[in-house]
Amino acid sequence: MTDTDEKRSIIRMFHVHRNYGTKKALIDITLDIFKNDFVLLTGASGAGKTTLLKLLYLAEPVSEGQVLIDGMNISRIPRKRVAFLRRKFGIIFQDYKLIANRNVFDNVSLVLEAAGKKRRLIQKRVRGVLRLVGMEDRLTALPPSLSGGEQQRVAVARAIIGDPKIILADEPTGSLDDDSANIIMKLLNGVHIRGATVIIATHDKALIRKTGGRVLLLKQGRLQGSSIIEKHYDNSIF
Amino acid sequence: MIILFFKRALKDFRNNRLLNLITLLTISLSILIVSAFILFFINTSEIMNFWKKGLRVMAYLKSDFPPSQLTALSGQIQTLPAVETVRFISKETALNQLKSQMKRQASLFENLDKNPLPDALEIQLNAKSQSWEKVEVLATQIEALDAVQEVEYGQRWLGRFTQIFNLFRLTGYTMCGIFFMAAVFIVANTIRLVIYSRRDEIEIMRLVGAAEHFIKIPFYFQGLMQGAAGAGIALAVLFMAYWSMASNIEQGFFSGLFNVRFLSPLMAALIILLSMLVGWLGSYISLKQYLKR
Repeated sequence: MTDTDEKRSIIRMFHVHRNYGTKKALIDITLDIFKNDFVLLTGASGAGKTTLLKLLYLAEPVSEGQVLIDGMNISRIPRKRVAFLRRKFGIIFQDYKLIANRNVFDNVSLVLEAAGKKRRLIQKRVRGVLRLVGMEDRLTALPPSLSGGEQQRVAVARAIIGDPKIILADEPTGSLDDDSANIIMKLLNGVHIRGATVIIATHDKALIRKTGGRVLLLKQGRLQGSSIIEKHYDNSIF
Repeated sequence: MIILFFKRALKDFRNNRLLNLITLLTISLSILIVSAFILFFINTSEIMNFWKKGLRVMAYLKSDFPPSQLTALSGQIQTLPAVETVRFISKETALNQLKSQMKRQASLFENLDKNPLPDALEIQLNAKSQSWEKVEVLATQIEALDAVQEVEYGQRWLGRFTQIFNLFRLTGYTMCGIFFMAAVFIVANTIRLVIYSRRDEIEIMRLVGAAEHFIKIPFYFQGLMQGAAGAGIALAVLFMAYWSMASNIEQGFFSGLFNVRFLSPLMAALIILLSMLVGWLGSYISLKQYLKR
């Protein structure tokens, strides 16, 4: 690890373990993710992809080892600062995690409201982002009335509206048809072009080949290797 | 931001109507009981104070008591700490008073050979000594005087009534405390159910970086609103009950004896604040437990 690497790193993991009782979900993970990296975290189901993402957004604690995010050691962050750290992330979940009884606008605006932004700014930004993901005409729709692809687009809008430094996407295309998956990947590419670090957990090999990026392979909780596949950008919607 | 929290609290209220309605009714009922106690105590205390103001001690003098020593005796009693005034009532004055009070039974007095009533001293107590215990002490002191045949402090029943009232008041305080705690825990439980029904939403809020106060404040608002609305309902019901009872008292047997009055605006405001505290405390307890996880 050179000094340059250290300066460029936005996420650093040192000998990280995550145990659930006697079961070891992650074993001795050491890695660096750089600013504006496009990382594809892959491996079979149960390899530890989701667990690794959960450690990053502090949904679960590290059992052993250390994780630094943007220079902050997450094990030492006081409870009150957790929300502040999470605002560095935009998180996209496989099951979308939209609030069912709030409409599209409210689901997306939640991030800015939580950050204490002004109402006028929220109105402007939410409309802008929903236009970007092609959902500007569904502002008042409730999530259950949307298709899977539409819900995931709303989830992407929610993830990117706060201009986060890091996007974490857990199987973002896992339950989508090809067209919807393409739209989501184009959106994530767009965010990457604009400077964000993107980490996508996926087991979809076709998607990895098609998208390209830095590929990290997890196998039974261990990091098996890292490779680079040339990045293919499709910016047609930006 | 406050408006946003307020709107969210209102929305939650609408989304969980049944749960909130149950909480509202529970708070109303608890506050109604507490307010009814307070109203009862306020009115009873007033009546008792009115009666206490009339507290006096009658010292009946021995028949052989020489009138020449009256001034000395009055002076001696006047020096006692609880005494405000001492007034001599001669047996003739007493008999005249009795006759005028019993005009319809005038025949009873026609066959009297001599005046059977004794000379007496009417002793009024000063403001500091309106308690029953002090009256008893004073009576004992006066009874110990040679010239005094008998001491009567007619409203002996008032002492017993005061004791019963104090016991009742103690029970009332205890019950108010119990109802307060019960209301807090019921509100806490309801809010816990609301939180549980919205656990996914809260989890999502946390994941998108919402600070704890952003999650908590609408629930606090909800608790405060439930408290205020609950107190409003309770006071309205209590006022209707009071209005109906007060008009019965005014028209009925007790007319003129009691001047029943409702809670003062200050007391009503305090009850509303107390109720809001109940709502807030309920929210606080359940959120503290839930968000600790």
